[in-house]
Amino acid sequence: MSSHLLHTSFIPTAPPSLRRRPGCAAPLPRTPLLVQSKIREIFMPALSSTMTEGKIVSWIKSEGDKLSKGESVVVVESDKADMDVESFYDGYLAAIVVDEGLSAAVGSTIALLAETEEEIALAIAQSKKTSSSAPAPAPPAPTSDAPKVFDEMPSPAPAVKASVGTNALGSAEHPASEGGKRVVASPYAKKLAKDFGVDLKGVFGSGPNGRVVAKDVEAVLAAAKLSGGGAKVQASEPPKPSGVELGSVVPFTTMQGAVSRNMVESLAVPTFRVGYTFTTDALDALYKKIKSKGVTMTALLAKATALALVKHPVVNSSCRDGKSFTYNTHINVAVAVAIDGGLITPVLQDADKVDIYTLSRKWKELVDKARAKQLQPNEYTTGTFTLSNLGMFGVDRFDAILPPGTGAIMAVGASQPTVVGTKDGRIGMKTQMQVNVTADHRVIYGADLAAFLQTLSKIIEDPKDLTL
Amino acid sequence: MQSAISLSLSSPSPIARSAVSNTSDASSPAPRSLRFCGLRREAFDVKASFDASSLRLNRFNLHSKSSNSSKVFAALNGNGTPPSGGFDYDLVIIGAGVGGHGAALHAVEKGLKTAIIEGDVIGGTCVNRGCVPSKALLAVSGRMRELQNEHHMKSFGLQVAAAGYDRQGVADHANNLASKIRNNLTNSLKSLGVDILTGVGTVLGPQKLKYGKGDNIITAKDIIIATGSVPLVPKGIEVDGKTVITSDHALKLESVPEWIAIVGSGYIGLEFSDVYTALGSEVTFIEALDQLMPGFDPEIGKLAQRVLINPRKIDSYTGVFASKITPAKDGKPVQIELIDAKTKEPKDTLEVDAALIATGRAPFTQGLGLENINVQTQRGFIPVDERMRVIDANGKLVPHLYCIGDANGKMMLAHAASAQGISVVEQVSGQDHVLNHLSIPAACFTHPEISMVGLTEPQAREKAEKEGFEISIAKTSFKANTKALAENEGEGLAKLIYRPDTGEILGVHIFGMHAADLIHEASNAIAMGTRLQELKFAVHAHPTLSEVLDELFKSAKVNVGASNKVAEPVPV
Repeated sequence: MSSHLLHTSFIPTAPPSLRRRPGCAAPLPRTPLLVQSKIREIFMPALSSTMTEGKIVSWIKSEGDKLSKGESVVVVESDKADMDVESFYDGYLAAIVVDEGLSAAVGSTIALLAETEEEIALAIAQSKKTSSSAPAPAPPAPTSDAPKVFDEMPSPAPAVKASVGTNALGSAEHPASEGGKRVVASPYAKKLAKDFGVDLKGVFGSGPNGRVVAKDVEAVLAAAKLSGGGAKVQASEPPKPSGVELGSVVPFTTMQGAVSRNMVESLAVPTFRVGYTFTTDALDALYKKIKSKGVTMTALLAKATALALVKHPVVNSSCRDGKSFTYNTHINVAVAVAIDGGLITPVLQDADKVDIYTLSRKWKELVDKARAKQLQPNEYTTGTFTLSNLGMFGVDRFDAILPPGTGAIMAVGASQPTVVGTKDGRIGMKTQMQVNVTADHRVIYGADLAAFLQTLSKIIEDPKDLTL
Repeated sequence: MQSAISLSLSSPSPIARSAVSNTSDASSPAPRSLRFCGLRREAFDVKASFDASSLRLNRFNLHSKSSNSSKVFAALNGNGTPPSGGFDYDLVIIGAGVGGHGAALHAVEKGLKTAIIEGDVIGGTCVNRGCVPSKALLAVSGRMRELQNEHHMKSFGLQVAAAGYDRQGVADHANNLASKIRNNLTNSLKSLGVDILTGVGTVLGPQKLKYGKGDNIITAKDIIIATGSVPLVPKGIEVDGKTVITSDHALKLESVPEWIAIVGSGYIGLEFSDVYTALGSEVTFIEALDQLMPGFDPEIGKLAQRVLINPRKIDSYTGVFASKITPAKDGKPVQIELIDAKTKEPKDTLEVDAALIATGRAPFTQGLGLENINVQTQRGFIPVDERMRVIDANGKLVPHLYCIGDANGKMMLAHAASAQGISVVEQVSGQDHVLNHLSIPAACFTHPEISMVGLTEPQAREKAEKEGFEISIAKTSFKANTKALAENEGEGLAKLIYRPDTGEILGVHIFGMHAADLIHEASNAIAMGTRLQELKFAVHAHPTLSEVLDELFKSAKVNVGASNKVAEPVPV
């Protein structure tokens, strides 16, 4: 623990594979071989006599940063303490081999140090190669290739950035920003944005004077999650179903990685499902009647759901911390929309209060905006209850995964003619639709959902209230 | 105290004293740039702040070994004997802050007839607007932090429902604490029979002053100025007490803004960032220097930043001045204009809910009548020599006039003022005494705390280079301490800077749980001149946090060989 340990050199000379071959030892004019020898490995230092492996607490420097001798590069946690590890050479941190949070054995390579900026690419290339004892042949020095390799490294954060950046882009301009020239964001909002790679420029600020506060950034992040990474919406290259090479193993793109993580995260919420069958003859009749006034089925369903939610506030609640839950003030029905092979969830705000005609117009507006990728975060992140409808594909029933941060989602199947037996023993034909609600059982219990569905069923089977 | 000294005198090891000679020519203690109590770097540039003799303190009590037991007994009989020489008082102290209070208590103990003049409230800045109420707020913030730290609670197996707070309740706690301490202070002065004279004190000439509205003129054999300081508000900053505030206002905790900018990242700023973030605010630091927490030992600063700033809702601007701050009005937020500290070019404008000015403290010398005795302040500070004797415009000592505490700017800390006051009382009662400022510890009461005594590593290296000796560094981590781990507070570091050739402690810096309480083992060792080779044998209770220092001392490698045993003895 004494100081001398800290001064142990942990950057040895170049490893054997990089040493100059005897023939080249003479100070020849600069050859690639000589250049390569300038890349040094940074090893996991031994910070105490009992230390066998160390955990990287944090990288103080990022890849590409210039380092001066004596500057701290990385914080390493040993069995006894966290210590700053300093660089013993000037140069550039070319590549981080062991990421934050991971452990490495004492003496193993945790990063590469390049002497000049030009050698960074080389170092990255080297970090890709597994250590081979073969004497280095003419080094590829692929300055143009190497960064590309780098770009392809799956790193989740930029995914969000990509989606969020453009998603929110548009007219989010706050009074404090001098016409968008600068962003006024609170310290925590900035921190969150940095950690998750959100571009604050496009984030709608809900704080005083249009300031971006933490919850705005969180909303954007939640939206990115909700819409399956929102990523696909932005995917510049539409999926090419034809170009699939069978048998190939395709690593996740960063977007797919983000989706994957979000889906896995949803497993932390204990959900359960309750199904119900509605008879929709009355609703269909109503729809036919007012279709000409621009009313859509989606709006009708959202309105019916919202009216049912008024009577069952618990189904409209949300639990975020596992310790408490919030009865949401507004009933904002989010409706999942497939778009460009992706998914986004525009929100019909206060769907219980807004009349059906306005709601329908609003819906059209939202869909248009979604198509033009001009939805503001508050237009797709504020949902308190989600509807997902696959009925148009003829799907008669399915179940949905609960978006984190909301209480329930309703999966709506196709409305189709069904032969139904009635209590008096007769058989008849009715149009029926199956729904399946997924809910967070920490706050919403079976009886809550059952009662909610019963209410909704009554509204749908006697839909006169929808047009009030 | 006497017994302690005789003990060390009879110490079999001559080494114990030997290094005094080393330290006394050490001189040039690089200015402590720590901005305690707003102490700015410049504060130390005030001339004659330390000189070689200031380091001789190790022996001060040795000088005073002639017994003055009769005088000590006098203390028990009240406020001194009637003053000799026709003076109203033996000693009059202007300012009843912690410095004046400490001096008064010691003066009574020394049998001096003493009066203290206070124009405001007893207790001064520390008790009413500084250290004391801020500790109340920090006590709250520490608990909030703990309760909010779910991970921390879980690792204890504790379950706590969402913790909340009542702002007024927190504010009341701070206010109640201040008034309780103020009463204690007042009562202790009264019970000792110190005359408390109310009003502004003005020096009229040597040994003569007036106080209050009625121009009550009194004479005193010796006068101590202890008028302290007020928050420094740089030019261009408009303080309205609501949205643009100083520590004076902040301690009343009249609001907890959503976003507060703190101008200055010294210890005042740091402590308030701890309070505000624990209560839910977000904080932006504005620091004129290139890095946050200037003045702390760089390694400690780095660690502190990683623990106290990075994970919290704090961001910062460094290398910038807040050239203009306009309070919030007409629905507009607080506007802060930032300019580059070096080029003075406009850099940025911030809009926040509130701004706390923690740029330092300015000495308060208004109405003292310094012109009557031809004293000119330097940057507002009253110039003094190493014995706190006031120096006039011609560089001559003003007889029987002393200045202690923030007003002289040597070290703007309450306990430093008190120590200076005691040092002055020692002198006026016949024992020469010079205070070693390098043995005065300092602490920052964040969570966890930061404390230090002596030199920082760069200061020690500079000194070592200049004087041609080696220094070594030893460090121990709180992670290896049983008690710290039991408390789930393993984050922390103790650092020792010492001379391997003599075992002398040059500086100790601690970041970790209860660091402020732990530092005294080191500061006492520096004050007493105890060497590491002796400290190593001191026993520490197990398991306690003090073992962090035990391990620290033990890990030091002192090469005091046989040759050192014949080191020249030090005159005592």
